[in-house]
Amino acid sequence: MAMTLSNPARRRLRTLGFLSPWLVGFSVFFAYPLIATVYFSFMHYNQIKEPTFVGLRNWTYVFEQMPLFGPALWNTLWLVVIMVALRVVFGLSLGLLITKIKTGAGFFRTAFYIPYLAPPVAATVAFVFLLNPGSGPVNEILGAVGISGPNWFNDPDTAKPSLVLLSLWGIGDLMVIFMAALLDVPKEQYEAAELDGAGAFAKFRYVTWPAITPIVMFAVVTGVVQTMQYYTQALVAGKVASGVNIGPGSVIQPGYPEHSTLTVPQLVYQMGFQNFNTGAACVLSLVLFAIAMAVTMLLMRKRSGLLSAED
Amino acid sequence: MTTTTLGAPTAPAPVPHKQRGPAAARARRKRVLHWIAVHSVAIAVALLFVLPFVFVFLTSVMSDSQAMSGDLWPDSWHWSNYKAVFETPGFLDWWRNSLMYAGLGTLFTVCSAIPVAYALAKFRFRGRRTAMLLVISTMMLPPQVIVIPMYLVWAQQFHLSGTLWPLIIPMAFGDAYSIFLLRQFLLTIPKEYIESAKVDGCGEFRTMIKIVVPMAKPGIAAIALFQFFYCWNDYFGPQIYAAQNPGAWTLSYGLESFKSAHSVNWNMTMAATLLVMAPVIIIFFFAQKAFVEGVTLTGVKG
Repeated sequence: MAMTLSNPARRRLRTLGFLSPWLVGFSVFFAYPLIATVYFSFMHYNQIKEPTFVGLRNWTYVFEQMPLFGPALWNTLWLVVIMVALRVVFGLSLGLLITKIKTGAGFFRTAFYIPYLAPPVAATVAFVFLLNPGSGPVNEILGAVGISGPNWFNDPDTAKPSLVLLSLWGIGDLMVIFMAALLDVPKEQYEAAELDGAGAFAKFRYVTWPAITPIVMFAVVTGVVQTMQYYTQALVAGKVASGVNIGPGSVIQPGYPEHSTLTVPQLVYQMGFQNFNTGAACVLSLVLFAIAMAVTMLLMRKRSGLLSAED
Repeated sequence: MTTTTLGAPTAPAPVPHKQRGPAAARARRKRVLHWIAVHSVAIAVALLFVLPFVFVFLTSVMSDSQAMSGDLWPDSWHWSNYKAVFETPGFLDWWRNSLMYAGLGTLFTVCSAIPVAYALAKFRFRGRRTAMLLVISTMMLPPQVIVIPMYLVWAQQFHLSGTLWPLIIPMAFGDAYSIFLLRQFLLTIPKEYIESAKVDGCGEFRTMIKIVVPMAKPGIAAIALFQFFYCWNDYFGPQIYAAQNPGAWTLSYGLESFKSAHSVNWNMTMAATLLVMAPVIIIFFFAQKAFVEGVTLTGVKG
């Protein structure tokens, strides 16, 4: 055996060597800023003068006085619940459909998958156009069949559901994940269930569902974490739908219409990079972090596929 | 992409002569109806998925006034809209910046992810499980959580705000998502290959380059594609670091300002939108397999 394998010290050094890019990255671009975020959350800091310690004042400000925190948190949680639930149901249905298709499977798979690849900004701009109330193709078509279409992104009641539509259009990744999971269910189990006289529903309930539960769990948890960071689509939809010319120095109220598309990440940006209220922005970041971490912990505990091949 | 059939006939197969009779006919009728039902639903859903692209394209070649009218079909085809988009000041710079961000970002990510993923998948060492947990935690962390201190460092210590470097440089130090994905892939490479290379006197680094990298090509292709698209699609990053300097904008970031500058020209905006989508979709058609494999890997092969 080579020297490198028998000598534990050298082996440890070798491991460190291979891991070094990540070790540096983790400390500099993750651990440090995370600690700094906690530090700044107790500071008053406008990014010009030196930070000064203010105790819990940023925290009480965010939770008790910041006018937009309530709507932003409500919108974020609304999106987390509705979007994740509908995405999982819709993604699973599409996965089931695609496994039943015999002719043209490649075509259908591609058609369902492609929208997922559309850059979020481009997809959002396109959707604001398609759904625009006056002259958008969707309302034109609805009008042709005698339905007067809603105001979509321009009405506080339908702005969030419009964002949900946009996200369901990009369901391709979940569809592929569910499709792979469904194809992995052993065929013998279906045959056995058929012999027992199981119908389509019973087969799904007693064979398919137990086999894919870990993947459903995975989809829910990653969906929650992703939706906690929901930013680009909400911001762009609000800006484009409002029709405001966004030049330098122009101040627009985020979350058009009526804060209905304002999310917590947008508020972080506004506080940190427009109002230069670093402390409040860091508090908001930590609220996001706490929720995302709680969900991640849940994932680890349930062993839903992420770490199962560990050893 | 290969066509998946679940061991069933691809179309309503003709019933062999021997099986004639009312029961066989019923079974056959049922199968035909099932085939028709599934495919009708699939066609309807596929239409819903594809129509947005069709409308965006049709609008992109309309005249200025028709694009505002709500018409679905262009009266005349104005291909010059695309030329006009390219001639918009800054548009070509946005392409260059997007390509630089996505190209360098992908290169850095791949180079740094390979050794880390290899160590996490194949080395036995204390703290291996903890390291994996930490990788996954970083993957789960919303970027907004750490963005403020990071911005302050890049802007105040390194004076790199107004450029894309604060987004590109960290990718040379490992991207959690790519490390995780590649590690999942490397787990599927049998130990024996690596062991026999070592018996032949290969060092760990040479084993990685000569044995593991060639075998892991599909996994590496998948992380490269995902990273390229991540950078291409990124809006938040360029908004943080490049917003104040239009010369550093990327296509994804510039598109929205393009819309506000051409606030009434939906045709131009839709042409620009398609131009932002085009590279992603073209690459997809060349690399479908790597993609689908990558997506599957994230969810399934734990």
